[in-house]
Amino acid sequence: MANTIDYRKMERAAAIRRGIGKTITYLLLTLWAVMVLFPFYWMILSSVKSYSAYNAEYVPKLYTWDPTFQNYLDAFTTVPLARYFLNTLIYTVSTTALMLVVTVLAAFAFARLNFKGKNGAFVLFLSLMMIPNELVIITNFVTITNLNMRNTFLGLILPSVASIFYIYLLKENFAQVPDELYYAAKVDNTKDLKYLRKVLIPICRPTLITITILKVIECWNSYVWPRLITDNQAYFLVSNGIQYIRERGFGRENIPAMMAAVVSISVPLIILFLIFHKKIMEGVARGGTKG
Amino acid sequence: MMERNNPKGWLYLLPAMLFLGVFMVYPLIDVFIYSFEQGFNFASQSYDGVGMRNYSFVLRDPYFLQAVKNTFILVIFTVPISTGLALLISVGLSSIKAVRHLYQTLYFLPYVTNTLAVGLVFMILFKKTPYTDGLANLIIGWFGAGPVDFIDGPYWAKMFVLCFYTVWVVMPFKILILTSALASVDEGYYKAAQVDGTRKIRVFTRITLPMISPTIFYLIITGFIGAFKAYSDAVALFGTDLNAAEMNTIVGYVYDMLYGSSGGYPSYASAAAIILFLIVLTITCINLLISKKHVHY
Repeated sequence: MANTIDYRKMERAAAIRRGIGKTITYLLLTLWAVMVLFPFYWMILSSVKSYSAYNAEYVPKLYTWDPTFQNYLDAFTTVPLARYFLNTLIYTVSTTALMLVVTVLAAFAFARLNFKGKNGAFVLFLSLMMIPNELVIITNFVTITNLNMRNTFLGLILPSVASIFYIYLLKENFAQVPDELYYAAKVDNTKDLKYLRKVLIPICRPTLITITILKVIECWNSYVWPRLITDNQAYFLVSNGIQYIRERGFGRENIPAMMAAVVSISVPLIILFLIFHKKIMEGVARGGTKG
Repeated sequence: MMERNNPKGWLYLLPAMLFLGVFMVYPLIDVFIYSFEQGFNFASQSYDGVGMRNYSFVLRDPYFLQAVKNTFILVIFTVPISTGLALLISVGLSSIKAVRHLYQTLYFLPYVTNTLAVGLVFMILFKKTPYTDGLANLIIGWFGAGPVDFIDGPYWAKMFVLCFYTVWVVMPFKILILTSALASVDEGYYKAAQVDGTRKIRVFTRITLPMISPTIFYLIITGFIGAFKAYSDAVALFGTDLNAAEMNTIVGYVYDMLYGSSGGYPSYASAAAIILFLIVLTITCINLLISKKHVHY
């Protein structure tokens, strides 16, 4: 019948339209994936081209048949890249560890203990969350300078320890743990600190891991504060090291060695991301911001 | 029962309060004091008067005006472009099934990488040296455009790279937030629209957009705030002497005043930081007012 033929035609046309739409969608999404990945591809590629090969390419080549690891050797021998790594590791581990202790204690107080002035303190904490770093960094710079803590790890670490957002995140999580567990512990005459260690922390481990990873990323990438507080290379973190390398390191033209340094400092975080991408993305989606 | 008053609570709060007090509350008060102390000398920690002179100096400083201009251009271009592009990509992502998870993870990668390090790669892609015109110039050469030095060349070219890199850096966060917002829209609305035979564009403008409008406005507001604070992206591309490159931002000006080739003036830095804070506050308030009218909660 005439009607059924019409329907078939319409269906086919719709299917074709859907197909075209799908294809365009996939094309655009793939294009963006290439945009995201390309800089990473380019840094790895440039880092394995030899110095002479790189500079001989007036028109940059998108591949190489002759990879070399010489640049990585150069990166670790001509500039103290290993030192930058060690510094960043010390800074990241100490800051994160201190942050965890401070955060867990504060979150516990807010979530589980009752004391006069608690609500006032909590509102104060929350309102401090709005304060931009740029406003407080000036005085912190003066404070650390006056305390003679420039070019020390303490000067680097101390102002980066407290993170109100993580206190808030953990407090919410602690508060979800059923009260009964706390009362049971109270009846058994368990000390608060023991309850925190044996009950709350194990239950809330996923959130603690998320916080830890986010803080590690933040520390590993931090640039502004370390730049202000260190001018002695012995205390440079990787970000400052990279900037120093760019301006004075291998001589401006040795781009392959520069890229080898860039790859080396990017790899730890990329590995961390590959392992924990689910946790990282969940954590950021729950309210993290960048910058 | 939970105890009514357990003063030990303050003991648990003490470490956090110490850190916040010394490195946040005190500096917050102090920065206002600094900004009004005239002729402050870092070495002797003395000043010769109280008034608005720091503000009038900063507002007349050509470097500051250049930084304000750069920051505003950056904000005006990157916020709409990145938000729009992120929306497009997120809608695309939610409409496919295969490789969706892979792409979602992939798109997030720039978030975890070091801005300074990847910025160096962008610099190399765009830079024109005696040895090579660079990859960006190779590509625009295919379209017949002449080689441009995007890093040491004309102002608009440098601004283009800065905007380009900024968009690249902020996209992961926006895509992540938008895809989770899109995933939380109730399927029932779409089913109802399907039954009614509503066209796709109409479904998007009448259902999807209103449902995720709070998220979009959240992204616009945080986007404005983030773009006004741009700094490390510019350093990564143009080096630490941003004034010489004409590419300084307001935050960069604050840090240069504090410490840098022209540094040692915490009072000027404070005045500039407070001006920045006021600009951001004003823009955020305007954003909130507009969102009240257009956002459906």
